[in-house]
Formats: sequence, structure tokens, C-alpha cells
Amino acid sequence: MNILKKLFAAAIACSVMSFAPSASAQVEPPDALIKRISQDVLDSSKADREIQRGNRKRIRALVETKVLPYVDFQRMTQLAAGRAWNTATPEQRQRLSSEFRDLLIHTYAGALTEVRDQKLQMRPLRASPSATSVIVYTRVVQPGREPIDLNYRLYKRADGWKIYDVSVLGAWLVQTYKGTFASEISKSGVDGLIRTLAEKNRRLANNR
Amino acid sequence: MRLSARLIGFGAGMVFAVLLSGCATSKNNPNDPLEGFNRAMFSFNEKVDQVALRPASTIYKTLLPSFVQTGIGNFFGNLGDVWTAVNNLLQGKVEDGMSDVARVMINTFAGLGGLIDVASDANLPKHHEDFGQTLGKWGVGSGPYVVLPILGPSTLRDTVALPVDWTGDPWIYTTPVRVRNTGIVVRAVDQRASVLDATKLIDEVAIDKYEFMRDAYLQRRRSQVLEDKNQPEEPGQPDDLNKGGNAKEESASGDWQDVDDSSAKPPEKQPEDKPASVDSAAGDWVTVDDSNAKPSENQPAVGKVSAAPSATPGTAVPPKDANSKTEPSTGTQPGQPTPR
Repeated sequence: MNILKKLFAAAIACSVMSFAPSASAQVEPPDALIKRISQDVLDSSKADREIQRGNRKRIRALVETKVLPYVDFQRMTQLAAGRAWNTATPEQRQRLSSEFRDLLIHTYAGALTEVRDQKLQMRPLRASPSATSVIVYTRVVQPGREPIDLNYRLYKRADGWKIYDVSVLGAWLVQTYKGTFASEISKSGVDGLIRTLAEKNRRLANNR
Repeated sequence: MRLSARLIGFGAGMVFAVLLSGCATSKNNPNDPLEGFNRAMFSFNEKVDQVALRPASTIYKTLLPSFVQTGIGNFFGNLGDVWTAVNNLLQGKVEDGMSDVARVMINTFAGLGGLIDVASDANLPKHHEDFGQTLGKWGVGSGPYVVLPILGPSTLRDTVALPVDWTGDPWIYTTPVRVRNTGIVVRAVDQRASVLDATKLIDEVAIDKYEFMRDAYLQRRRSQVLEDKNQPEEPGQPDDLNKGGNAKEESASGDWQDVDDSSAKPPEKQPEDKPASVDSAAGDWVTVDDSNAKPSENQPAVGKVSAAPSATPGTAVPPKDANSKTEPSTGTQPGQPTPR
């Protein structure tokens, strides 16, 4: 009887243990997320002649469906804006994030037109299950040229992992824009920065 | 030898000129004490690029068949690999250095004198190392940002290292001077052509191109030097993102894996071939402590020649800005801005 009880307890323990990982696996791990997005975007751009030719509408549609849901532009903007973010009004924050997002989408879209016969490499992520912030390293390999390192910073939000910074060839986007943001804000305030970004986006939209 | 002496003299003169003009026109950015001089040089370079280099490389790119361009790029790339090999060895990266030596041998003999990059297909990836990186590896700080005439973004350290790089460039020993000079121009045009689209993109998205280039360049250089140095940051490089963060950031440190087909193994499988401390029952994730400064030591180099930085937690940085500790946990994230 005793043995049966023990077996039963062991069986319950086993089933609990086997369920536990699947419960935590509901949140897609950050490296798997990056891998899926990158592969998805690379495949779509390779298959789509229009994208390679630089059809902005198509590229934008691709970015909006495949990438945007996983990027936290608000946090990105907050980090780039630095100290000024704390004193900005909610409306300023909203507009700044929105303009910055448009600019970044344009940047990303421009980079996508370059995709030809590249291959993607990744390094396995080593992070504890409790980690709330990670860097995922990927590398785009192209024949005859130095590989391009593309790294992502992600953090864990209630609705899953979100990208909040990207580094191309060792330069993090947030850090790169930070200096410009700071000098623009010191010159003409947060509203001035918003105006500059909006003006930039308007010109970029008219160019195409 | 006389040539190298002249180059070194030129380099020293340049450094002196930079220092001189920099002192007169320093601005308030602590990262960029020579901003006045640099901005002047930057606009000069932009002009040169606009009237000469960009038009030439646009013609080069549109007129020449792409296999010719690839051949030219490969040829000079192969010559450059010689110096990369030397620098990798100087930095103690024997594996990378030997891989570069093998690259040069294979591409020179099996790739028609370097015209075809067969080594890349043989899993010997191209690296780039210069003497500035070697100095950085040896512990020399980068010094202030410097924009050199024609040559563009650099740092004081890299400017000093430049004459050494020139003497390590096999092409400058080519004997008929006319061939040598033609080659130098062709190489410059080829390199410019390869980044035409990238620079066009920077033109479009940068708010202040000078600042954009500077901040990106300095970060890139730093990452090149630090790639496997196991040290958090080069001293004297203020980086707000590194200070005062309270969230721990963890990052990958394994070898590169191809992700080109769906049959590729999921990353979860990987830790098993590493003797790293796998303490969890699941074995899927390996804890990377902040205190664990040198994880590369428990990870023997797997794979033949990995271009991957071997230890990255040292460079992992807390993501939060010092002044944004309250965010975003205080509920200042009313959701994503909706795409328009």
C-alpha cells in the first residue's frame, strides 16, 4: 500500500513537472522570437522582387505585420530621450515615440532592400529563466564580405518579450540617436525635437 | 623603408595638426573635444565625396558587371587578409590568425590569386583587424574622436596606428608606381561603392549626420576592440546606458549557428555540449551571473574557427537609464502607439 502511495505521488510529481515547462513555454523565449522574426523577414524579402526593388509600400506592410508587434517603441524613445523623458508631458511622449517610430521603420525598410543571398546565424542564448532583460546576437553572413552583426536587446513584458534596441555592426540605435536627441532638445526643447523628426519623416515620405 | 618613414611622419604631422586645431576649437561634448576641427574636416570630406568619390563609385557600380566588382573586392580583400592575420596573431587570437592565413593561402592559390573567395565557402569567414584594434586590445585607450581628411572617422589611437597599417598593406609594395596608384584608387572606389546604399540610408535617417556617424563609429570601434576582451567598458567612454541600471541583462555566449533552414537545431539543445554549469533540472537555460566575469574559461572553443566573440556577459549592460529607474514599472506604458 505504501509503495502504491509512493508511486502515485511520484506519478503526480512527474506530471506536474512535465506540465511546468509547457506552462512557461507559453511565452516565446527571446532567442526563438528573434529567430522567427528574422527568418520570416529574410524569407519574405528574398521571395519578393518588389521588396528588393525598393517598393516602400510593400516593405512597410511587411515590417508592420512581422516586426512591429514585437518592438516597444515607447521604451526605445524613452531611452534615447534620456533625462528629458521624465519632464515631457504624456502627449509629448506619445508624439515623440510616434515620430521616432516612423523614422526607425524607414531605416529598417531601407536596410531590407539590401537583402539578397544573405544567411542568418545565431548564437544560443544563455540566460536564466528568471531573466527579464537579454541580448540576442545574430549575424548576417554574406559571401565575400565581412558578416554584419545584428544584435537585439529585449525585455520581458506581461505580453511577452519586446525588442527595445538594435545594434548594427556594433552600434546600438538608441545610443546613436541619444546624442542627437540631447543636442536637439538642448537647442529647442522636446517640441523642437518632435518638429525636427516630423519634418524629416515628411521629407522621407515625399521622396518616394 | 623610406616610404614607411614618410608615412609615419605624415601620421605624426596629422596628429599634431589635429591636436593644434582641436585645442583652439573645443566644444562642450566631453566625448568629442575636437568637435570644431572634426566638423570642418567632416564637411570637407562630404564635399570630396559628393564631387568625386560618390559619382565615381556610382559609375563603377552601374557600369561594371557585378562579377567584376566582386572579383576586385575579393582581390583587395585577400591582400587585406594578410594584415588581418598579422593583427589577429599580435592580439593572441591564434585560431583566428591561422584561419586568416589559411584564407589567404586558399584564395591565392585556389581562388585565382584572390579573385574568388573560395575560403568563405570552406567555412573560413572573413575577419577584419587593424593595428588600431591591436593597440586597443593591448590596453591603449581610444583617445578622442578624430575626423581625418579623406579617410574619415577615426580616433587618436587609430590615427597613430594608421601608418603601421599602411606599411602592412601588401599592395603599396607593388612595383610599377602607376599600377600601384591605379590600384589604390580602384580599391577606394570599390570600397565606397560597396557602402553606397548604406550611406544613402544614413543621409536619409540621420538628424545630424556628423553626430550620427560619430556616435555610431565610436560604438562600433569599441565593440570591435572589446569583442572578446572580457572587460565591461573601455575607460573614458561615458555611456549612460551602462550606469545605474537596476535590471540585470543576460546575453548569449555560444558559438554561431546557421539558421538558414528549418532543420536547424533549436538553441535549447545547445548547452548540452558545453561543460558550463548546468544546474537546473530542465537543462535548457544556463544561468549567466554578473559575477561570472569570464564564462569563456568554462567553454572550450567548440567548432573550428569561430568568428564569434567568445565572452559577452562582460559587455552586457544594464538596459535602464540612470534617470529612468521608475520607468516603465510605474505604469507609464499605456500600450503601443498604434501604427498609422
